[in-house]
Amino acid sequence: MSEINRHISPAQHAWRRFKKNRSAIFSAWFLIFLLAAIIAWPVVLKISGTHFAQLHDPDEVSDAQFSPPDAQHWFGTDLHGRDVFSRVLFGAQISLLVGVVGTLVSLIIGVLWGAIAGYAGGRVDSILMRIVDILYSLPTIIFVIVLIATLGEIIKQSHFVQGSPALEKSLRVTLLFVGLGAVSWLTMARIVRGQVLSLRTRAFVEASRALGAKPHWILLRHIIPNIFGIVITYLALTMPAIILYESFLSFLGLGVQPPMASWGTLISDGVSNINPIRIYWWLIIFPGGILVSTLLALNFLGDGLRDAWDVKSK
Amino acid sequence: MYFVNRLIFAIPLLLLISALAFALVHLAPGGPFDRERSPASPEIERNIRAKYHLDEPVWKQYLRYLGDLAHGDFGVSLKYRNQTVNDIIAQGLPVSLTLGGLAFCFAMAVGLPVGFITAARRGRWEDLAGSFFAILLVCIPAFVVAPVLILIFSIKLQWLPVALWETPCHMILPPIALGLFFAGKIARIFREGMLGAAQSEFVTAARAKGLAEHTLLLRHAVRIGILPVVSYAGPMLADLLTGSFVIESIFQIPGIGVFLVNSSLNRDYTVVVGLSLLYAMLLIGMNLMVDFAYTMLDPRVKYE
Amino acid sequence: MAISERAPEFFSRARFVFCIAICLLISGCAPHEPRADITIVNNGEPETLDPALLTGIPEMRIVIGLFEGLARLDPKTAQPIPGLAQSWEISPDGKIYTFHLRTNLVWSTGGPITADDVVYSWIRTLNPATASDYAGQLYYVKNAEDFNAGKIKDPSLVGVRALDKFTVRIELNGPTLFFIDICAMPLADIVPRQTIEKFGDRWLMARPLPVSGPYELAYWKLNDKVRLKKNPRYWDATNTQSGVIDILPMGSPSTSFDLYEQGAVDIIWDREVVPAELLDVLMKRPDFHPFDYLATYWVSINVTRKPFDDPRVRKALALAVDRERIVKKITRGGERPISHLVPDGTANYTSPDGLDYNPVLARKILAEAGYPGGKGFPRFEYIFNGSSGGGVKIHEDIAVELQQMWRDTLGIQMDLRAVEWKVWLSSTAHLDYDIGRGDWIGDYDDANTFLALFQGNDGNNRTGWKNSKYDSLINEGNAQTDLKKREELFQQAESMLVRDELPIIPLYIYAGADCYHTNISGIYKNILDDHPLNYIRRVNSK
Repeated sequence: MSEINRHISPAQHAWRRFKKNRSAIFSAWFLIFLLAAIIAWPVVLKISGTHFAQLHDPDEVSDAQFSPPDAQHWFGTDLHGRDVFSRVLFGAQISLLVGVVGTLVSLIIGVLWGAIAGYAGGRVDSILMRIVDILYSLPTIIFVIVLIATLGEIIKQSHFVQGSPALEKSLRVTLLFVGLGAVSWLTMARIVRGQVLSLRTRAFVEASRALGAKPHWILLRHIIPNIFGIVITYLALTMPAIILYESFLSFLGLGVQPPMASWGTLISDGVSNINPIRIYWWLIIFPGGILVSTLLALNFLGDGLRDAWDVKSK
Repeated sequence: MYFVNRLIFAIPLLLLISALAFALVHLAPGGPFDRERSPASPEIERNIRAKYHLDEPVWKQYLRYLGDLAHGDFGVSLKYRNQTVNDIIAQGLPVSLTLGGLAFCFAMAVGLPVGFITAARRGRWEDLAGSFFAILLVCIPAFVVAPVLILIFSIKLQWLPVALWETPCHMILPPIALGLFFAGKIARIFREGMLGAAQSEFVTAARAKGLAEHTLLLRHAVRIGILPVVSYAGPMLADLLTGSFVIESIFQIPGIGVFLVNSSLNRDYTVVVGLSLLYAMLLIGMNLMVDFAYTMLDPRVKYE
Repeated sequence: MAISERAPEFFSRARFVFCIAICLLISGCAPHEPRADITIVNNGEPETLDPALLTGIPEMRIVIGLFEGLARLDPKTAQPIPGLAQSWEISPDGKIYTFHLRTNLVWSTGGPITADDVVYSWIRTLNPATASDYAGQLYYVKNAEDFNAGKIKDPSLVGVRALDKFTVRIELNGPTLFFIDICAMPLADIVPRQTIEKFGDRWLMARPLPVSGPYELAYWKLNDKVRLKKNPRYWDATNTQSGVIDILPMGSPSTSFDLYEQGAVDIIWDREVVPAELLDVLMKRPDFHPFDYLATYWVSINVTRKPFDDPRVRKALALAVDRERIVKKITRGGERPISHLVPDGTANYTSPDGLDYNPVLARKILAEAGYPGGKGFPRFEYIFNGSSGGGVKIHEDIAVELQQMWRDTLGIQMDLRAVEWKVWLSSTAHLDYDIGRGDWIGDYDDANTFLALFQGNDGNNRTGWKNSKYDSLINEGNAQTDLKKREELFQQAESMLVRDELPIIPLYIYAGADCYHTNISGIYKNILDDHPLNYIRRVNSK
């Protein structure tokens, strides 16, 4: 009897269902563990002795080229004698950052765009969605190449970067993230618009309007919280797509700059070592394995969230 | 009528796309004639630019381009100066179409059954294994799958050729490598669709009528469940048909996918705009077909 | 309604999909042609097959099979030998060359090749409307430069004239010792006037294409292959060894090598399409033929930017580079590290030494320049073109090592920046960079092809370095007829370049490599890596 009387919000409902999904929970733990490793490793390097730190410095070039995994280098070394384990962990920083920032960018643009289009309706909706259609029809790669090249030049020329190479470097990396997000918001916009369209006609929104609430108030207070669920799930599914796209750009040579590594650059390097004569398997298996595992985890997490949030599925 | 409307609307859309692509590619730093060996005299450089009208303001070049386009002339490639864009498309498109078409068939042939089984056996081991497999396919980048497949089937087992596109034997591995990712996606989408359909009013009504579960699923639920797949198939096909850069470079296949990327890197203005238009046309065409298929499959859908 | 009621059975749909697949497979395979006698991997799709317009090596490799000039290169020595001209005389002052054409020359489609065709071809290359990037190589001819720059409009004023049907007279500005080498370059090839006048820019699309060389163009499929077949009307056709040759444009070293190992491809003759990771293993195989290549790789310094305007800084950088390490660890193809510019083995020339690895001296000089221990030295950027789609990564790899070397030895911090090819070209041409990679492949077997690069007004000088003494030494050297005196003057100039001034830091001489199966013959090692197609043959046929 008490069960029925208790108020359980939709969010709590969802959380309960989510907890029952074993693969989603397992994935969540995996991601937390990975995150912990990524954060802890630089600290470990800092506080350990100089020999250990130097051995595992991801940028430290050494003479031990292409050595297979051993006690010293747990994932082996690459062409320059750099420790692959360390590079994978530092590369994770970049790849995950790409995923998060890119996803956030696509989230912000997509949600705002879709919400405004869906709520305003009429001509505004028409124009906004036509623009989405047009952008959809343009091959993404052209846009990305031009974006990276052009903004790269602008960064270089701009005054406030002069004399500060560190700032320039971080700006350039940020540019990559933003660029990736900028090409991924289209689907999000469409989905959000669809949701908002259906929400708009619901009773509570009508009531709000009748009471004289301003449009942006209604948007913020009623509409956006209600699309929260669907947005979260698509976030978890967009992130792997963005990380994969970054690895594709690295394959093209347009990703992050050396000697910084991302999983994409590590994997493209590793893949070039596949040949009939001799394969340095550790250059592919480890970065590739971690990438695939992380993407799997993100996908399972996203699916779990979607199953949990969607009222209709049993 | 609706479809005729859409077709008419496509024309200004294409124009807009051509303008956008034109503007974008001119925006990027570097030009098509920047070379490692600089020309012998400034006069030569001036001559080249004048010959291809690169010294005119961008809007004027665009109008000139539109004029040529009206005659069906997509222009001359600025990098491969003896080839016209029409040549490039005429040679590369059939190859990409074949590659994409085969990949599509493969993706459907693998994705649909997997999606169906994981939906029908939801929660049991078939679902877990199938879902894991499908998601796995979506998580591995193509430029990893292809070399690994080559390593196994061409180098170690020696069953298939390593690269190139000459005999039917050459046409087995590349479409598989290309289609695996999409097979995974289709499996997931179809599963979603089927699960949603199993709850829909149609199926509940049919079940109430007393139909066997088997017929239920196959006859009725599939018609609804396939809708999201059809919806996804449109843009997917357009992407597949314009070739995949990764697969075409690794297998050295003479399609247009390689051109799409390289022309941007080479600042080959005419090829970039020409291929963008081609891609847009394919996408619009595919979307139209998808909408048409929708009306066939879902009687609830009507277009005014 | 009827259609939706017949909702397709699941398996029938699968069958349907399967049928489409079969149809596509059948439709996709073109009528399968017989395999060529020789299949060669070329590094990339040729941009053009017009001898006057080509600038890259992949194009050159095909064009030398299609068209020929007054001279051609000997396959074993890469020295010029008679081509379409059977002999020539040089006047005592070295300025007038008289060429005697063979009398039996015909185009592949019929019709004689005469001295008028020769004059037409040379004038065409020099015509500003043709926009030939390499026309500068012909500036040794009287009035050629002015004609090309548009200052003279009348082509008959240019020093190339037909004296009669089979005699061509060429007048130069001054004695030029390597002039015959230039006559063997593709830009001096003889091209079909009628076809060009008829078709304009599209003349290469004419089929059949009239050619003057040992092979005809059977077809040219973009990104797929160029097929050449033997030209029976070539003057030396009896010595053309193979009937059909396929040339494949490849971008990926892995794919090229896989094809080679599988036997689908006979020759890989560009080291860029051999996987660099395998070089140490390949070097030991009998089918791998490394050779010294007339090309140098260096680090280019923008001398217009601080602090690189100080030669001491540049010297310190040069002294801190351990070339042996780069060559042993990174390039691993048997390259020879050098501290001078002109590769060893260049005809009639021995280079002076540059600055070798000396970290102690490097630190000392950097301190003298005002940056003891690297303190106060600004952070700078090394720019290079990155790889694309599985291509060459060597620039990045070398950059990483240099970064470490300069940090460890001099205490200075360098950042790396990979840019697109076009952006690299644009930045270095506009002197919009700090330090970058550079290289040059010699056009002919003479020191001048390298040394001329660093003259103040040369468009290929991407360092901003100008020195009038250097310029005059080079010009003086080129005016000499005495080889010994010429060598001395060049050595003085090169010494200035690589010991004192150092706008560049030479790293190594390219090591080329030709990969071909042991049953292929007719490819010889020469410093220009020039391999005329008509000598290549398979020794025991399949």
